[in-house]
Amino acid sequence: MEVFVQQLINGLTLGSIYGLIAIGYTMVFGIIGMINFAHGDVFMLSAFIALMLFLFVTAWLGIGSIAIALIIVMIGAMLLTSLWGWTLERMAYRPLRGSFRLAPLISAIGVSIFLSNFVQVSQGARNKPIPPMVRDVIVLFERDGYAVALSYKQIIIMLTTAVLLAIFWYVVQKTPLGRAQRACEQDRRMAALVGIDVDRTISLTFVMGASLAAVAGTMYLLYYGVVSFADGFVPGVKAFTAAVLGGIGSLPGAVLGGLIIGLVETLWSAYFSIEYKDVAAFSLLAIVLIFMPSGILGRPEVEKV
Amino acid sequence: MALNTSHAPAIAAPGAASSVTGAQVATALREAGIAALLTLGLSIPILAFKTEQNQSNALYLQPRWGVVAVVCGLIFLVRFAVCLRAMRRAAAPARLKAPASPFVQKLFGIAVPLFLGVALTYPLLASLATGGLAGARYWIDLGILILTYVMLGWGLNIVVGLAGLLDLGYVAFYAVGAYSYALLSTTFGWSFWLCLPLAGILAAFWGIILGFPVLRLRGDYLAIVTLAFGEIIRLVLINWVELTNGGAGISSIPRVTFFGVPFDSSENGFASLFGISYSPMHRMVFLYYLILVLALVTNVVTIRLRRLPVGRAWEALREDEIACRSLGINTRNTKLTAFAIGAMFGGFAGSFFAVRQGFVSPESFNFLESAIILSIVVLGGMGSQVGVAVAAIIMVGAPELLRNLGFLKQVFGADFDPNEYRLLIFGLAMVAMMVWRPRGLVGHREPSMVLTERKAISGSLVKEGHG
Repeated sequence: MEVFVQQLINGLTLGSIYGLIAIGYTMVFGIIGMINFAHGDVFMLSAFIALMLFLFVTAWLGIGSIAIALIIVMIGAMLLTSLWGWTLERMAYRPLRGSFRLAPLISAIGVSIFLSNFVQVSQGARNKPIPPMVRDVIVLFERDGYAVALSYKQIIIMLTTAVLLAIFWYVVQKTPLGRAQRACEQDRRMAALVGIDVDRTISLTFVMGASLAAVAGTMYLLYYGVVSFADGFVPGVKAFTAAVLGGIGSLPGAVLGGLIIGLVETLWSAYFSIEYKDVAAFSLLAIVLIFMPSGILGRPEVEKV
Repeated sequence: MALNTSHAPAIAAPGAASSVTGAQVATALREAGIAALLTLGLSIPILAFKTEQNQSNALYLQPRWGVVAVVCGLIFLVRFAVCLRAMRRAAAPARLKAPASPFVQKLFGIAVPLFLGVALTYPLLASLATGGLAGARYWIDLGILILTYVMLGWGLNIVVGLAGLLDLGYVAFYAVGAYSYALLSTTFGWSFWLCLPLAGILAAFWGIILGFPVLRLRGDYLAIVTLAFGEIIRLVLINWVELTNGGAGISSIPRVTFFGVPFDSSENGFASLFGISYSPMHRMVFLYYLILVLALVTNVVTIRLRRLPVGRAWEALREDEIACRSLGINTRNTKLTAFAIGAMFGGFAGSFFAVRQGFVSPESFNFLESAIILSIVVLGGMGSQVGVAVAAIIMVGAPELLRNLGFLKQVFGADFDPNEYRLLIFGLAMVAMMVWRPRGLVGHREPSMVLTERKAISGSLVKEGHG
């Protein structure tokens, strides 16, 4: 029981991070129907940016308060990663709109290979560790010498995810930008006819996805305290699984899917085998796509002849 | 990295066919300036600082603004050149693109026998050029590597180019083939010639097993599930230590023999059997011809299959799956045969890989390999056999050239290793290829059926399939 509760907490924390990345996949897929394969590497890049900003803020500016430092790092990482997201869309995906169907996917694979090797070449292949930022834990209850603990960083991660989800949900549901996005999602040509700047809307979707990936990257760094150039691929695939599981195109679905994937991964590691946890995630992806392609909260796709 | 040219102002006064006005140069300069500024923004902090570890293992930031300045300058120049070129293009009278002129077709007629001739005499040519068989070791090795990728490309071409099923996990079958030979030969001591067909059959079997669940999926979803299968196979190879020896891999796999005669200096070895002096290069040359034959078999089988009902069904499936089903084609069996036959050739190539290396480990079968093979097929212009061969030479041969560019060391300093940038450039090239030539190098296709006269058709008329 104690182990289960502890794994539940860990799983929800991990799931929050996956959920934040998954939103980027789901929004891009919703609007242009393309799997942004490079999104996992954008997340990895943002974790590196956060790491360097953190070093900059603590060592050079000498800011002692962790809370202020964390907020500066997160906002800085969001801005810089958004710039990357915008540039990648402009360079690698926009010229391919209207090209043949496989082109964006192959281009995205190219971007993914480029990003991970760019980080490897510019920062080295080693793991980059930083000292833990937040150490304190709250002991929820203790039985038979096993303490179930909820750490401050887990609280920060879950709260940040909840707040950001609320903000982005508000943006998509209530603002003119969100309306434009949903219109493009339904029918791009019609949206253009009624005066929506489709290119700009798609660019902003990429920017939003990248900035959420940057939040995920900052949280990942806060949680694990270490990042390496190869950390983009597997979390990326898992977050994509989360997006599909929740129903691709659905924002709450992405977070729900993220939480489920996080729970499956931690519980699988705790009760079965930690070596096969990635196999479990990949198998789940295959099973979901084959048997439930529209996901939990998604709309079923109708085949048009 | 330059921005795309789509928003470059590109209207010129009539008559200025090849010259560019001052105003246009100013515009190009402005565009280039914006691109350089953007690069500066992107460089912070990831390129402008390097994270280094000090004595106590704590990270600190090491500024390197010089690199940023160089990169921004390069981007400025590239963007400027691209802008000017786009303007000049727009000023020139528009030309209609013919699908394939008779001259190009004739060129292709010569190209195939030429390629074949060079491929057949390659070890001889290499040893003549380098002065002796021993000196040609590197070149023959490179030839073997390229031919392995040609074969893999042709194998995947059946699945992606002909049947239109996007498979991102092709390397799984390569791995199955390699591990089949490695395990069968080290456990039972079976010879390569017995294991080769077995490896192909096992890989085809896995093609059917993995193909069956994904029959209903299409497009990007199919791509992602095949990617997941490829990763699952790799992870199982890493973690199933009792069978595969895990990440350490299987070593001391038996070497290839000349139909039972070993390549060594012993009494009944290859050299003494033919009465020539022993050279370790005999095995290399034999391996070269082995992979050449395997690749050519793949090619011939593919060409013949295209004429059979099953091959025609593959192409029909690629063009329109719903029409296929309406006409009573069994799409399930058609897809499964495409997966199985593509996988079989992957398995053959895999067991060749194992016998060449003498060592297999899961690290050789990561997702990057799948991406390389797929980009060979796409760069070749999906469905074109010649294109795949040319693309394999470019994709595998060009990075090797990079390794040998010694003068770069003199420009950038002694600790500059061009090989580090191999994959970086590879990723960029994939993007550039999709932006400039999404239809691949070879722009025309051979029709699979003709009534009276054989005409080439434009590649853009060929669909890329739904699944």
